[in-house]
Formats: sequence, C-alpha cells, structure tokens
Amino acid sequence: MKNLTATQKIRYSRNILVPEIGMTGQQKLLKGRVLVVGAGGLGSPALLYLVCAGVGTIGIVDGDRVELSNLQRQILHTSEDLDDLKTHSAQDKLHRLNPDVSIELYNKPFTAKNGRKLVSGYDFVIEATDNFKAKFLVNDICIQSKVPFCHAGILGMFGQVMTIVPGQGACYRCVFGNIPEPDQVSSTDQVGVLGVVAGTLGTIQAAEAVKFLIGRGKLLLGRLLTFDALNLIFREIELPSPCCEVCRAAKLIQ
Amino acid sequence: MAIHITLNGKPHAVERRMDILSLLETLKVGPASVVVERNRNILHRDMFGSIVLKDGDELELIRFVGGG
Ligand SMILES: [Zn+2]
Repeated sequence: MKNLTATQKIRYSRNILVPEIGMTGQQKLLKGRVLVVGAGGLGSPALLYLVCAGVGTIGIVDGDRVELSNLQRQILHTSEDLDDLKTHSAQDKLHRLNPDVSIELYNKPFTAKNGRKLVSGYDFVIEATDNFKAKFLVNDICIQSKVPFCHAGILGMFGQVMTIVPGQGACYRCVFGNIPEPDQVSSTDQVGVLGVVAGTLGTIQAAEAVKFLIGRGKLLLGRLLTFDALNLIFREIELPSPCCEVCRAAKLIQ
Repeated sequence: MAIHITLNGKPHAVERRMDILSLLETLKVGPASVVVERNRNILHRDMFGSIVLKDGDELELIRFVGGG
C-alpha cells in the first residue's frame, strides 16, 4: 500500500493513533471508494466525516438544488448556495475541508437505469435519499450488484439505520416489503424533521462506512437501530434472515 | 384473562385470543403504516387478521421512515 506523505501523517494523526485504525487502517481509508446517494440531511454529515477522515474517493449523487427550507438540517449547504446544485455546493465545502479526497459528482437522481453503473465502481454506498422510491431502488440495485450499503431514514424526532452486506442478514426490502401508500405514512414535508436527527443518523452511516473500509468491528447487520431523539432512546431490533424476492433472485438465500 | 407479550421491547398485556389486526386497532396504529415483526419473522399484512397472539410473543412494530 502507498505510504502516507508527511502532511497526511499529520492530518490523519488522530485517526492513526486510534488502535483499531492505525497506519494500515488509514491506508485502507485512503484507498476506499464510497458513494453517497443524496447530499441532503443525512448526506451532509456523512460526507463531511468521510471527507475529513480521508476516504480516498467519494461519489455524490444528487440532482437537486439547494432550497431555503433545506438549511435547517443540510449542514453542507449555506445561505450563499441557494439555487446552486447540491453536488456543486457539496464539492466546494468538501474540497476546502480536505483537498486530499477525490470527489466524483453525479448531478442526477439515482434511477433504475443509471443505478447499477453508479454503484459499480464503489466499495460501499450510503443511502441518504429522502423518499421511499429511491430507498427501495438503492436497496435493490445494491443487492443485485452485491455492493454493501448503509440505509437510514429520518422523520420528525425519530430515525432508523441498518447496514446491509448482501446475503449477510436482512435487506431493506426483507423488512419493509414494498413502498407504502403515501396516505398511510407521514413524510418530512408534512411533519418535518429535526436537524440533529439527520446529524446523528448520517454520522452513524459514516461510522459504518469507515468500519467497513478498515475491516474492523461489528457492522449493523441483521439489526435495525432506531433513534428516538425526544426520549433519547436508541433501540435495536433483531431482523430475520434474508427473505425477500430480490435477495432470492440474487441467490442470497440458502 | 390476559396474556403477556413484549411490544417494542416493553412488557404488554393483551386479551387472550387477540389477533394482530385488533391489537393495532387498540393501539390506534394503521395496519398499512407499520411493518410487524413477530418472534423475528416479518408478518404478511394480509395475515394480520388471522394471526393470534400467544403468551411470550415478541412483537416489533417497525415504522416507515422515508426522510433523508
Ligand atoms: Zn432482501
């Protein structure tokens, strides 16, 4: 593996000092490739932490522009970025934070057509989208392409997160089945979402990506972690083995 | 006579022979608004009315959380 430069040794010294990371772990991070789908509430903190940790290559998928109502939670973007593409606004901040990291931008929504190609060059995907259609789509494409990823969802003062390594535990579809009817569930457009919930969950997603890249610790596999900010309760729900048609079609069920 | 189940990690008493659909009704939870996991199996929504709770069941009502 490539040796670190003198500047990198200083920049990443507090990573390297962590026994579970060390010099080898830092080299793995610098070689790592992570795709973040959505540069909004979850994507902002995830991107900031992945970039400052020194993950070598980071892809960002988002076709949206920065809106005023985004700014109470999407901490990558500022009042000066209104109407700019989120990818451009993100790249601007992230490059200034750590020019070491190579950032690849995809100014488009994640779709059934482009999804496979988007995830194919990456080691790990962070699903930070803001709607069920995209959440199921990222899941299905990652399962079909056998790319590990971390899902999170947020609403009001509540959030949930789980990591999926295809075949090792339930996927998002194994648990949630299908896109719910819009009139049966609430959305952030109706009931809002608190910024710190996005911050907490997006940060957990970044932690999962880092652990995956360095190959240390226990990922959030087969477990759904829920976060209730109002009562400050984290809970873990044990999930079934892979059981959906997408896992079955990908031959991930024994 | 009540039976005792665990609902989202907490002890919960329900009437004997209560099915999942009636439980959701008493909790004022719309059956299409949650995923129900019983003893680590995800239940099919159209079976909610025919699955009767048993003493010691571990039930999780998992919310759909679509924001990002
Ligand atoms: Zn599955």
